[in-house]
Amino acid sequence: MRKELTCISCPIGCALVAETQADGSVSVTGNQCSRGVEYAHDELVDPKRVVTATCRTNSTRHPRLPVRSREPCPREKIAGVLQRIYGLTAEVPVSQGDLLAELDGVQIVATRTLED
Amino acid sequence: MREIPFDTAVIGGGAAGMAAALEVRARGHRVCIVERDDELGGILLQCIHNGFGLHEFREDLTGPEYAGRAIREVAESEITIFTRTTVSEIASHGGGRELTCYSAENGVVKIASRAIVLAMGCRERNRGNLRIPGSRPAGVFTAGLAQRLINMEGYVPGRDFVIIGSGDIGLIMARRLQWLGCRVHAVIEIMPYPSGLTRNIVQCLNDFSIPLYLNHVVSRIHGSGRVTGVDVTPVPGGVPNPAGEFHIPCDTILLSVGLIPENELSKAAGVEITTETNGPVVDATMMTSAEGIFATGNVLHVHDLVDNVTEESRLTGGFVADYLAGLRPARQIRVRPGSNVRSITPARVDPLRANRLYLRPLIVKNNAALVLSAGGRQIRRIMKSHVQPSEMISVNLRAVDLADLAPDTVLELSIT
Repeated sequence: MRKELTCISCPIGCALVAETQADGSVSVTGNQCSRGVEYAHDELVDPKRVVTATCRTNSTRHPRLPVRSREPCPREKIAGVLQRIYGLTAEVPVSQGDLLAELDGVQIVATRTLED
Repeated sequence: MREIPFDTAVIGGGAAGMAAALEVRARGHRVCIVERDDELGGILLQCIHNGFGLHEFREDLTGPEYAGRAIREVAESEITIFTRTTVSEIASHGGGRELTCYSAENGVVKIASRAIVLAMGCRERNRGNLRIPGSRPAGVFTAGLAQRLINMEGYVPGRDFVIIGSGDIGLIMARRLQWLGCRVHAVIEIMPYPSGLTRNIVQCLNDFSIPLYLNHVVSRIHGSGRVTGVDVTPVPGGVPNPAGEFHIPCDTILLSVGLIPENELSKAAGVEITTETNGPVVDATMMTSAEGIFATGNVLHVHDLVDNVTEESRLTGGFVADYLAGLRPARQIRVRPGSNVRSITPARVDPLRANRLYLRPLIVKNNAALVLSAGGRQIRRIMKSHVQPSEMISVNLRAVDLADLAPDTVLELSIT
């Protein structure tokens, strides 16, 4: 498989060409740093995205709590993770980094502290 | 009415204001931050997506996480915070300045301070700024307003969206809306290149197969009570081609067409504004044309990365501390934008030290050379692997680059 990609590891946005070799490895050209190789490899083999969204809270001052997947999440799991987030109601107080739920190995954590 | 004396009063508690305040405080001065919202953090709090902090922390943080680090640092320092407090005037007062502020809790508060830092950020350009023809239905929002409604207040303002302008906030909202189950039918950009960051084009549009129409404008908005659709017209080379016009049905329009520094307070205080950045003119120490009033962050010039805001504001805080200690540059040399450069901030340099300048390019180019010259004589050439208008360039000019220049020299920075 051959894929043209724009690296998003940093704002430079290198134009990458990634190709699967006969031995199963991935060759990458166009990158300016090692993160480009890692990015192209992941986009070909196992594309992931950090999922960010908000969930309900029981606070009147802050009706929404921002959350993220702690680590980048496999793309095919994103829809399920979003549904899980939209079904959550976070109880205040909550601290940044608190684990709110886990779905299929994806940890959903709070990205801010809400006191009330 | 209460009168409170400070060495520095920072107006605005976002990324810029917090970084500047922390630096001035670290240098031993009495500092306050005046913030009109309920809490510190500014626009970062509604930017729930990741991509912040890659330079500053070498980590991929969300907006609230990035803000949280600065908020904790401020809480642990001896900085006085006035939240829910709006500044209405900056007046001269003795050798310094006096802020007139209003708050529900304290009524009118007067804050006397030797120095002021303007860190109020920007407003969004809106439909009135674009003069889009058509009716005036409900359902037209700026992208940042929609972001606040969705991420902080919990309202989704539509189902079927068209986004006008390819600014970063609009791109980020495209992904957010898709992830909410809404449909984003198109992003319409008048310029031949996107105005947002490449990674946002990739992750927010390409991931969802949302079409990006470059060289196109929305030529009419339809709808009586509510938006029902838009007409889109190609404008190749800036010339409208009515034969290529097409219609997109939608119920909501988001505008992501740029930011304008919030200048009302600054102008009333006599601060000179430049059309290059739409923000204040500053000297080599980020001081505006008004003595003791400094400016930093998006109120000074629009940044695309908060990391740059923090860096610039930390430098500004250092300059404010120097000013409070009576240290001023012996002389300054003007720098003006040459070919292919829209703006340079600051527009003056201190030839006795290194200077960090922020440039906004006008062109897209690979292997571009940034050329510093004086009176046609090239002083230094800096290679950049890639430049584009959506990416601000930061550059360090060394004292050695600036040595032996006559006092009336005008430096020029151009891109070739």
